[in-house]
Amino acid sequence: MIARMLLPSLVFASMCAALYAVFIYVPTEKEMGVVQRIFYFHVPAAISAFIAFFLVFVGSIQYLRTRTELWDRLARCAAELGVLFSVIVLVTGPLWARPIWGVYWHWEPRLTSMLILFTIYLAYLMVRSYGQPTPQTQRFAAVLGILGFVNVPLVYYSVHLWSPEQQLHPRNVALQPEMQLTLYICFAAIFLLFWYLLCRCLRLERIADEITALRRHRTMPGASTN
Amino acid sequence: MENLQYLFAAYTAIWVILFLYISRLHRRERFLASELEALRAETTATAQPPAETA
Repeated sequence: MIARMLLPSLVFASMCAALYAVFIYVPTEKEMGVVQRIFYFHVPAAISAFIAFFLVFVGSIQYLRTRTELWDRLARCAAELGVLFSVIVLVTGPLWARPIWGVYWHWEPRLTSMLILFTIYLAYLMVRSYGQPTPQTQRFAAVLGILGFVNVPLVYYSVHLWSPEQQLHPRNVALQPEMQLTLYICFAAIFLLFWYLLCRCLRLERIADEITALRRHRTMPGASTN
Repeated sequence: MENLQYLFAAYTAIWVILFLYISRLHRRERFLASELEALRAETTATAQPPAETA
């Protein structure tokens, strides 16, 4: 009920607040200019993708331990959202990079590791889509979901792991108080959106599992519908 | 207001991506709801004994 009524209203209100903060409230950054405003959605989207992949990791481990459908559903939905937010990161990043670095893409550690992370979870979704809905596919996807998560800390700490000469991303970012506040508002808005989409996706997957169980029950009347 | 086109392109892309994903969820929701309804009706119909004829 919360997901259906309260959550969409909260998402809408927080998104309005975030857009107001990004386009009206926050001052323009002196060096990068107006294009720096991409940062306020780019960074929360990246962190949301990492959270989603962490949920895939947890869901996959729990599925392998307990063989409970709920954990498998969580991993499936989180992977979908992780890929969605990764697409946002990979699209907004080059649009920000072009006027600042002079190129849309550069094979530097963070960009390359983020692209690898995206392709791993895209492969995960392809396994889920094209594989038969059998426990074997679920186990295989769970292993892929766990192994893929290894890349998340690599993306996050890539600015510290490689030498500064090899990268374009800064190691630390100093923000004015107004910019910090805007970033927090955008984090809240994106996290609420993430939570809303996760709830909706989990509900859909539950219905899909119910349909599969009903079909199984029709073909084998003795089988459980749970 | 230099590079405004990049800012515009980035935020347009964000909203288009989100819109496409949410509309995909919505379509899938409608499809699954109708399929579940049909399956439930079918299961109930087959579970009931046939009505006696006079």
